[in-house]
Amino acid sequence: MTGTEIQTSAAVEQRNGSAPVLEVSDLHVTFPGEGKGPDIRAVRGVGYSLRRGEILGIVGESGSGKSVSSLAAMGLLPDHARVTGSIRLHGEELLGLDDRRMSAKRGETISMIFQDPLSGLTPVYAVGDQIAEAVRVHNPAVSKAEAADRAVELLELVGIPNPAQRYRAFPHEFSGGMRQRVMIAIAIANGPDVIICDEPTTALDVTIQAQILEVLKTAQRETGAAIVMITHDLGVVAGLVDRMLVMYAGRPVEIGAVDDVYYRTRMPYTMGLLGSVPRLDDEEKAPLIPIRGNPPSLSALPSGCPFAPRCPLAIDACSEAEPELQPVGAEGHAAACVRTGEIEEHGWSAADVYPLPEASGAGSGQPPREYRETVLDVDGLVKHHPLMKGAVFKRRVGTVYAVDGISFEIAEGETLGLVGESGCGKSSTLMEILSLRTPQSGKVTVLGRESGRAGHRERFEIRRDVQVVFQDPMSSLDPRMQVFDVVAEPLRTHRHPRAGLRARVNELLTLVGLDPAHAARYPQEFSGGQRQRIGIARALALKPKLLVLDEPVSALDVSIQAGVINLLDDLKAELGLSYLFVAHDLSVVRHIADRVAVMYLGRIVEIGAADSLFSAPAHPYTQALLSAIPVPDPEKERTRSPIVLEGDLPSPASPPSGCRFRPRCPKFRTLSTAEQQACVDTEPGLNAVSQDDHGAACHYAEKRTVV
Amino acid sequence: MSMSAEHAALEADPGHGGADEVRVSGRWVNVLRQMLATRRVIVGLACIVLLTAMAWIGPLFNPWEFGERDYSAFLQPPSPDHLWGTDDTGRDIFVNTMVGLQKSIVIGILVAVLSTFIAAVVGAFAGYFLGVTDRVLMWITDLALVLPSFLILAILYPALRDKGWVVFVILLAAFMWMVTSKMVRGMTISLKEREYVLAAHYMGVPAWRIIFRHIIPNMSSLLVVDATINVSAAIITETSLSYFGFGVQPPDVSLGSLIAAGSRSATTHPWLFVFCTGLLVVLVLAVNLIGDGLRDALDPQSKHRS
Repeated sequence: MTGTEIQTSAAVEQRNGSAPVLEVSDLHVTFPGEGKGPDIRAVRGVGYSLRRGEILGIVGESGSGKSVSSLAAMGLLPDHARVTGSIRLHGEELLGLDDRRMSAKRGETISMIFQDPLSGLTPVYAVGDQIAEAVRVHNPAVSKAEAADRAVELLELVGIPNPAQRYRAFPHEFSGGMRQRVMIAIAIANGPDVIICDEPTTALDVTIQAQILEVLKTAQRETGAAIVMITHDLGVVAGLVDRMLVMYAGRPVEIGAVDDVYYRTRMPYTMGLLGSVPRLDDEEKAPLIPIRGNPPSLSALPSGCPFAPRCPLAIDACSEAEPELQPVGAEGHAAACVRTGEIEEHGWSAADVYPLPEASGAGSGQPPREYRETVLDVDGLVKHHPLMKGAVFKRRVGTVYAVDGISFEIAEGETLGLVGESGCGKSSTLMEILSLRTPQSGKVTVLGRESGRAGHRERFEIRRDVQVVFQDPMSSLDPRMQVFDVVAEPLRTHRHPRAGLRARVNELLTLVGLDPAHAARYPQEFSGGQRQRIGIARALALKPKLLVLDEPVSALDVSIQAGVINLLDDLKAELGLSYLFVAHDLSVVRHIADRVAVMYLGRIVEIGAADSLFSAPAHPYTQALLSAIPVPDPEKERTRSPIVLEGDLPSPASPPSGCRFRPRCPKFRTLSTAEQQACVDTEPGLNAVSQDDHGAACHYAEKRTVV
Repeated sequence: MSMSAEHAALEADPGHGGADEVRVSGRWVNVLRQMLATRRVIVGLACIVLLTAMAWIGPLFNPWEFGERDYSAFLQPPSPDHLWGTDDTGRDIFVNTMVGLQKSIVIGILVAVLSTFIAAVVGAFAGYFLGVTDRVLMWITDLALVLPSFLILAILYPALRDKGWVVFVILLAAFMWMVTSKMVRGMTISLKEREYVLAAHYMGVPAWRIIFRHIIPNMSSLLVVDATINVSAAIITETSLSYFGFGVQPPDVSLGSLIAAGSRSATTHPWLFVFCTGLLVVLVLAVNLIGDGLRDALDPQSKHRS
């Protein structure tokens, strides 16, 4: 490890002629176990060096130690953590510095941007004052007025409109994206040499993510700082970073220039990671390549390579000793695998290494959708929430137009992807459909039965045919019930004969790829992916016709996500299910959906067959949305120019007149004043843009390829 | 005994769990292990076990029966004949105190379990249904909160004095559930948003069953702690009511009525007063120690690293 480190940093120095800014070598972080519990070895031997202006991506799944290693660099780990190794900033050792001396460095030469911008800002101070504080804390000589001027400058730099006025605003008046901009402003306030970004865009929507990534690039240009970008998103890394480090179970398993890692992958884990990401630029639907099994527990690591139990290339030598990072191929490229030589020699890629799951026969041999039964028909659905004010005498001050007249239908055996950014009303739509109550306006028809008209008895019958899978596998299963009871609950509720109960539960568990022998366990004993499978088994128990999936994979790691997506694909083909798939991740939707509806502020702005919509979107919003999604392909990503939308989603309580997308629309700005009038005055309806019922709600819809 | 609240909740839940399965909860084993690791819980548990054993087994080994009078010994200090002495009518203080202790323990536990159960049901129904149900239930709760319970018990006492101590238990419980039910209501409102509750709702499980199957079991840690703490509160209330003569009626005795009888001669004949008062203090202390330990073990927030 150390050997490689010296080698790579030497190479960097040679190329650049400057010493590295940040050097981490052989870093170990151990959290002592509680009581007599085993120690948790979160980071084991991480090393990298960073030269000025370089961007390093650290990629790994949850629990791989990527955040802990950077918190160690900031000196932000709790006191009971044992940290060994060396972290040098400009050659000065940071480990072992006391908190006072570390504080002088934090925010001055090394700063950090966290995932959650809400908890990063103090709610009781104006954002401008918080930035000014960051300036003055390290330069007491700067006067208050100067610091305030600098804060306004910084706010402008990170792209906050009207910075002088916004200086006085409080964090709660800002949206998530704006808050993250403020966090970036604070981080760059003193021109640091190293900025550590810990998943800075994970909590944000894609269009906002594109904005923030642009801001980060600007910030880096302005300060010339080196950036450590920690993320789980292989797409974000592809276009942004120069070099990347892949971590698994607390160890670096592959490091190298981004092109080398993506195109000349030498470590089976990295291959699996790249193979399991659903891609927006995939034309044809091939099943994803999941990595089987789960990451090992950090308190009970196997001897030898920690990835060996999941590795398709594992041989006996793998379990003998943990492989060190060995240089492979290009300069600075190293991988920790005993078989790198063979991989290089044969030029293996993910598709060669991982056993390809059988392609499901979904969609083949089905009659065209006009001839199929309609499972769900939503017609002009409206859900408005009243906006109340006052404590004693409540009065209505407005209306939140959560869902404002949307229509779609789902045919038998079809998957409709409902996509949109947070706050666009997709979850409200889902809850309205599931509640089976009379909607405020419009009609919801499930299998030919109108939900509002159904009596108590009939509604109970409809519930049998419509089941739901939730987003969060942690909270969707009752922690106090055994898995058997969880899966049996719908069966018992719907009076399944008691005799066949156990057999049916076992059958369901087998169907979703779980061992029926584990039925007596509690949900906490399973990993996220397995819990999601339990949730799917429960939803399938009553043999429903329609499965409503509310972001079913967004809480899972990519390697686990691939397995669940494949399972959903297989189940659809096997059981002839229809899915209503709600998601914000368009890559996943492209992979699984037959048709896609894009929502914006309570309205569907574009709907059509997935192929048609993804290859040639017609609505400017869809185009922006698609172009904002980073593709895990460095070369492609560098040549793409994302359409960066300005501003945030307007409040659904006061949508703009006419076309709701107008204030952010890039097309609107290119129109002549006469043409713009139509957008201001009339709200566009869904108009067909091609014969295959692909419709877009735009007066000037025009197909365009953006992926 | 602290588990009784949960069992009560579970038993009230029809169709919960397959009959063919034995439930072994990893969580409770863990909690138990953590509790046993703290010294104060051990001390508390030991005291409770000792007191209970003493209360039920002690009289068996004593030559004197409850209510039996020794006409050769009035107001005698402790002696080999009468371990804790005798009172002014020649009754053995040890036997009297043990019987009183029995009653106090039984009343304390019953009241705690009953009041926690009422609190769980009222709070969960109010929080789950909200709307009119909530308003009516919370109105009743608020009313019960503002009523002076001591006064009402004192007023009701003449009418109910002949009905025995079970009525007394119900009355005590009726005035102890309100604060907990407000807590339960708050927790229910947040639990209601959990996806497993939504999932159950969307699969057509009736609301009352969701409450007993998903909501109340998931609050059991709160309820168990509450029941434990209620035990000491119930014992104190029972004792003070009995002290003023509104509680347990002769010929039944409880620690309260014994203290009342002994207090008059506390300075001249201390053995009449010291033993029952001392036992009361030890009993309440022990219950509180267990309650504290339980709360710490169940609440991850209060855990401290060593």
